[in-house]
Amino acid sequence: MKSVLLLISGLLVAGIVATTAFSQDDIDPAIASAIKARQSHMHLNAFNLGLLGAMAKGEISYDAQAATAAAENLAALARMDESRYWPSGSDMETLGVERTEALAKIWAEDSAIGESAQRMIETSAAMATAAGAGLDSLRGAMGPLAKSCGGCHEDYRVKKD
Amino acid sequence: MATLLRYLLILILLGAVAFWFLTRPQSVDADLFTGLQGDPESGETIFWAGGCASCHAAPEAKGDARLVLAGGYRIESPFGTFIAPNISPTAEGLAGWSVEDLGNALLHGTSPEGRHYYPSFPYGSYQHMQPQAIADLKAFLDTLPPSDATSLPHEVRFPYNLTRGIGLWKRLNMTSGWVLENADTPELERGRYLVEALGHCAECHTPRTATGGLDRSQWMAGAPNPSGKGRIPAISPEKMDWSATDIAYYLETGLTPDYDSAGGQMVSVIANMGHLPKEDRHAIAAYLKALANN
Repeated sequence: MKSVLLLISGLLVAGIVATTAFSQDDIDPAIASAIKARQSHMHLNAFNLGLLGAMAKGEISYDAQAATAAAENLAALARMDESRYWPSGSDMETLGVERTEALAKIWAEDSAIGESAQRMIETSAAMATAAGAGLDSLRGAMGPLAKSCGGCHEDYRVKKD
Repeated sequence: MATLLRYLLILILLGAVAFWFLTRPQSVDADLFTGLQGDPESGETIFWAGGCASCHAAPEAKGDARLVLAGGYRIESPFGTFIAPNISPTAEGLAGWSVEDLGNALLHGTSPEGRHYYPSFPYGSYQHMQPQAIADLKAFLDTLPPSDATSLPHEVRFPYNLTRGIGLWKRLNMTSGWVLENADTPELERGRYLVEALGHCAECHTPRTATGGLDRSQWMAGAPNPSGKGRIPAISPEKMDWSATDIAYYLETGLTPDYDSAGGQMVSVIANMGHLPKEDRHAIAAYLKALANN
């Protein structure tokens, strides 16, 4: 009984220490939460794109309904208002690459990030129309859509290891 | 004493003659291109497979602007900064070049004036190009839009600014054999030509030896990024477990098996690869998988 108590109190102490370590975040919680939101958005993109890609590669069989659903999700994600995702000061140069890979030039005067976002809206809308109209049609829409992803990642994301 | 001095002088003289001899820029045999007709359509495939636009188009050029080979891309390296020249068909570029001139540049890294190019121009890979491919590429380059942009001099420190020494680099590092020795299907042979010759993938994906040559014992094993922080990822089969389909699809779309997308310099490479026939992207994938048996 004594050892169980000891174990429980040990765990409690460890828990408190761990929580304190986590909450000792030196960055503004509002910024941390914006970064989390935009990274989650990227995961949703990849999750939906993944179904279309698996069909395009022939890893799973083509299903018009499922493809359309995923493509419409992507189109909806692309249309979402992202202005609160990108508070100033939430760039890699300020916060370090461990927290974000978003380069400060996103916020620069001559940034073309808006045009890139617009292209994503257009290419994902085209995919939403194309995905249900047969596998070749889906494959055809994949190129421009993927290119719109790369359009941002080429210039605005830090080069990865 | 006088004898010793004379002896030393002769030794120095011999050394200088040997250096002069060993570092002479090489050129192609006079008849290498005899009878070859360049086909611009085939040349376009060579152009995209060779990744010419990635360095010779203006930085950040997109779409059709990548066919204007104005130069200006800066390659940062420990030796200094190399600046890709204008190679459009104008006086600032390749106007007046013969196919032999292009052959000397691609196969031997030698300029029309008989000087060494720096190996930032990847002739260590291009040396494997077939003469017909060079004739075709020349025919295609001649059709491209002109640019009058000035080619800027490289910003290279002493002693690397003395180009004669590049002759020694070539002697040490220009290895003419293939890395994948057994390419026993047409697909593998094509893949080897695309990866080891035209695509010059190893120039970034393989680490370098102390003399700046490719370390062929660590082929495609990843390397420090010469242009800054981070590493160029490994693409050898021991270190990358993507399927052949994954690799071909990545080269077509830039999408990884996790549906992240390529960033940095690979975006430009993928824009090039998208111009190739599908079979070529599959041949590259087959080649990379075949390295496991090498």
